[in-house]
Amino acid sequence: MISPRLTQKIAFSLLLLATLMVILPVAVVLFIIVKNGLPGISWEFLTQMPKSGMRAGGILPAIIGTFYLVLGAVVFALPLGVLAAIYLSEYSKDSWMSRLVRLAIINLAGVPSVVFGLFGLALFVGFFKFGASILAGSLTLGIMILPVIITSSREALDSVPKSFREVSLSLGSTKLQTIKYAVLPHALPGILTGTILGIGRAAGETAPILFTVAAFYLPRLPHSAFDQVMALPYHLYVLSTQVPNVDQKIRYGTALVLLTIVLLMNLIAIMIRSYFRGKKKW
Amino acid sequence: MNFRRIKEFFVESAIKISGIASIFIVALIFFFLLKEGVLLFKTEKITHFIFGKNWYPISDPPDFGILPLILGTLLVTLGAALIAVPFGVAAAIYISEVAPGKLKEVLKSGIELLAAIPSVVLGFIGMITIVPWMKIIFKIPTGLTAFSGSIVLAFMAMPTIVSIAEDALHSVPKAYKEGAYALGATKWQTIYRVVLPAASSGVVAAVMLGIGRVVGETMAVMMLTGNSPSMPRGMLYPVRTLTATIAAEMGEAVQGGDHYYALFAIGIILFLITFAINITADLVIHRKRQ
Amino acid sequence: MVTPPIKISVQNLNAFFSTAPSLMNVDIDIEANQILSVIGPANSGKTTFLRCLNRLNDFTPTFKMTGRIALDNKDIYKEYDPVLLRRKVGIIFALPMPLPLTVFENVVYGLRRQYIKDKKILSEAAEKALKDAYLWEEVKDRLDEQAMKLSGGQQQRLCIARTLAVNPDVVLFDEPCSALDPISTAKIEEAMLKLKNHYTIVLVTNNTKQAARVGDKTAFFLMGRLVEMAETGRLFTAPQDKRTDDYISGRFG
Repeated sequence: MISPRLTQKIAFSLLLLATLMVILPVAVVLFIIVKNGLPGISWEFLTQMPKSGMRAGGILPAIIGTFYLVLGAVVFALPLGVLAAIYLSEYSKDSWMSRLVRLAIINLAGVPSVVFGLFGLALFVGFFKFGASILAGSLTLGIMILPVIITSSREALDSVPKSFREVSLSLGSTKLQTIKYAVLPHALPGILTGTILGIGRAAGETAPILFTVAAFYLPRLPHSAFDQVMALPYHLYVLSTQVPNVDQKIRYGTALVLLTIVLLMNLIAIMIRSYFRGKKKW
Repeated sequence: MNFRRIKEFFVESAIKISGIASIFIVALIFFFLLKEGVLLFKTEKITHFIFGKNWYPISDPPDFGILPLILGTLLVTLGAALIAVPFGVAAAIYISEVAPGKLKEVLKSGIELLAAIPSVVLGFIGMITIVPWMKIIFKIPTGLTAFSGSIVLAFMAMPTIVSIAEDALHSVPKAYKEGAYALGATKWQTIYRVVLPAASSGVVAAVMLGIGRVVGETMAVMMLTGNSPSMPRGMLYPVRTLTATIAAEMGEAVQGGDHYYALFAIGIILFLITFAINITADLVIHRKRQ
Repeated sequence: MVTPPIKISVQNLNAFFSTAPSLMNVDIDIEANQILSVIGPANSGKTTFLRCLNRLNDFTPTFKMTGRIALDNKDIYKEYDPVLLRRKVGIIFALPMPLPLTVFENVVYGLRRQYIKDKKILSEAAEKALKDAYLWEEVKDRLDEQAMKLSGGQQQRLCIARTLAVNPDVVLFDEPCSALDPISTAKIEEAMLKLKNHYTIVLVTNNTKQAARVGDKTAFFLMGRLVEMAETGRLFTAPQDKRTDDYISGRFG
């Protein structure tokens, strides 16, 4: 019979080991990609068109493409998401409608990314006849990140003290004025955090853009919202599975650029959150 | 004054419309999947679609049996769950109950970063690490196997499992623990006998949502599992999942053809599976809270 | 003696949260330019009563009420826009609750929501309100500081100034001194006694001594019912109801 103290020691060590097994791969992934990717990064790599069937040159159109897609997704999802969060937090507390909306959001968050791709293909590319285009891809990505923005904005709104609303209303403000002047300003950090997380998510996703916008090889910049573009995650997929004999530097370099963008977004979100948590005045 | 009233009315209407937009969007997704997907069943029987053993979408005549794809998904998911659940739950326990304050924040951020790594990057890393290792360790002709996919998918499920299980453990009332300590239990005994059972439904929900994540994951599986749409023979053989099939073949499918419709029909199946998982997980979480 | 005009008339007021009754058959006339103290133990319905008077309960989804409340002979639930009503009937909450804005912006918050933008008008209104709340001397050089930096007593007087700036007819106080020290409490009571020259005041308090000090009339609530209401002096010296006697002499509550 082992003593309870010893059992505890063993158990805690195993738990720690398991935790490290979950977290360490993050470090390993970062290490591998940074180590092999850095030699591939140069000013030319970031600012030039790909050449000779993507085996040389840069990744500029993929960077620009991802930028446009993310921008479009946020322009669509941010207002819709924040307004939806306002509805849930300020207008429909605990009604059956808000329960239904909550279920819809949970489901939207759980829909497989490739199914969003199918949806985008059927609705935006086919039904609305946008074709495979920045517009169709952005809208698809926007719908995908909508739950992220709604959920975090709602949490941010809910965490604003109820008293702020009562004070504002009791001073003869309308409900909308109360939301605008006494609630929303104090929820901004949380909304910002959610938006940045959504940006990171949209920048990294491949499946939703496969059939809605992503171009396999298009060494020029887009002219309008109805153009196809290359995008970083799809470009990495293409480089690593579809194009044989690519210099590893180009693959790793692309992975590094993509990972940097995505992780930077998450890092910024984490920093904003902890900064405002420390500064909270109520 | 009147002008302001009208303005407020419009803004409030916009808020209400946006509020229920999510319901509308989910319905719209289902409708468009259905609209394209059902057209397959003009020529194909549902039972043959689901239980057919052959997926030959471009033969003449084509054969649209998705049983191998369903089994491929199940196999990869099972493998991933076997890895992700013990590690994920253990990590959740450690982070919630054992880790000291500062370390806890670091570990939580680490989990968030893991969740943030794009699936295509994990797939890429898997291709250059796990796939060659697999080939050497098991002495098999190709490292692109169900097992390779499972390992990487496990890491994609872990953040979901850890964060939701951690929430559940964290919300166990302090009084439970204090009661156990008062009876002379060690910290580990308290965790094992009191905290874990009390949080069990949340942990179950966490596992379910993690599995939901795995079922729906696309890029990494497509890059790692070898994409062989025949009946799976085991963990060390190539397989093809439902998601990978859509992603890999939609580019070639002719719009308006049976192949195109069949891929949408697979989309319906995926939508329904994840829908069921998410609703059930939500019920499990909320049953406990009431 | 001339009886002052009735400012607020409450008739047969019943209030519920979900189905639990919170107020039953309350009839009260509140006279203009007087202070009405409302006393009673916890959960006697006095705060619910107060919040009926400016329709703040409207925002609790489970709240329902019947009966009639009239301000200047007009039904506040039928003949007033709730937003305009709240500009006429201000409220001071139990805890000092400045918004996380500067002192100045707190005071002019309500005016800004009436689309008043003229800096001069806002400054004059802020100064007058702060003077009326006995805070001007202490904060006149600190108007641009965060309101959260003021002391608790100053914050509560800031909340009073903020309410007065909207220029109401009636000011409701909901246990305004429960979080304050005796000196701050005395300042607020002093302010209330001055304010009644211009405003009608309803003061809900847990502190029977405070009710006795400032109230012209006092109403005693118990379990959602108005037990007794009388001139403050009479209620405290010769209560008609035994339950009132028990409460004010400290046998319960």
